[in-house]
Amino acid sequence: MNLGPHADFIVAAYAVTLFVVAALIAWVLLDYSAQRRILGDLEERGVTRRSRRKG
Amino acid sequence: MAVIDLANPTRFLRIVDRVLPWLIGATVFLLAVGLYRALNAPDDYQQGATVKIMFLHVPAAWLGMFGWALMSVAAIGTLVWRHPLADVSGKAVAPIGAAFTFICLVTGSLWGRPTWGTYWVWDARLTSMLVLLLLYLGVLALYWTAEDPGRGARAAAILSLVGAVNLPIIKFSVDWWNTLHQPASVFRIGGSTIDPSLLTPLLIMALAFTLLFVTLHLAVMRNEILRRRIRSMRLMQAQEVHA
Repeated sequence: MNLGPHADFIVAAYAVTLFVVAALIAWVLLDYSAQRRILGDLEERGVTRRSRRKG
Repeated sequence: MAVIDLANPTRFLRIVDRVLPWLIGATVFLLAVGLYRALNAPDDYQQGATVKIMFLHVPAAWLGMFGWALMSVAAIGTLVWRHPLADVSGKAVAPIGAAFTFICLVTGSLWGRPTWGTYWVWDARLTSMLVLLLLYLGVLALYWTAEDPGRGARAAAILSLVGAVNLPIIKFSVDWWNTLHQPASVFRIGGSTIDPSLLTPLLIMALAFTLLFVTLHLAVMRNEILRRRIRSMRLMQAQEVHA
């Protein structure tokens, strides 16, 4: 694959896109595990949602 | 199952958990095919190999605009029907739409330097796209800085609806004004002007980016529902302590 005289611009475009998408995915995954952990901690301490309460 | 049933966050989370693995698989597959086709596409007779940047730039531009359109629909759901998931959806779209708009601007700039001889011009298409990014940042600021999430959501919804005016301006800027940016070449009356050898990888990449967008949107919505659940549990806990 020959990217010609403007290879730097093409590589930079793909690198920036990869970086932004990877950062977005990492943020989503880290946020998900953080929310699950906090939710688990609260449930372990006996805190429940109103809809889960009996009576 | 009626669409309204999805309004139940618990049911929505169950559906997302079931659908996400399939969406991730389809996204990875289409991205792999799209990237292979994009990197092996022939050079354009005018742009040369820099046409490869178009396979990122064009789908990112479409999705930046699609994200705002989605946010506007969610805004109507928030303001008019107070749909439980409408605000969650609007808030989840904002960072993803901003990221794709940013990709569009950066890749466009990197394409512009070798092709036009400049990274940036204050032309109507480029400027309206920059305005879209600034509007996204405004919505994010409203969501992230509001002390009362409800008020923040309503303010963000109003800004989403007002900002929707920018969408036709972006789309038709190349027709209404004399711009350096070329006019529409994919979706236009009379058919696409792009050769099939370049159009096919472009459309595959557009589909792959769309699937990535939808996958991320659902995943961020799931995170947001969990965050709201945690908030309401903490509020209840605090009320019990003070009772």
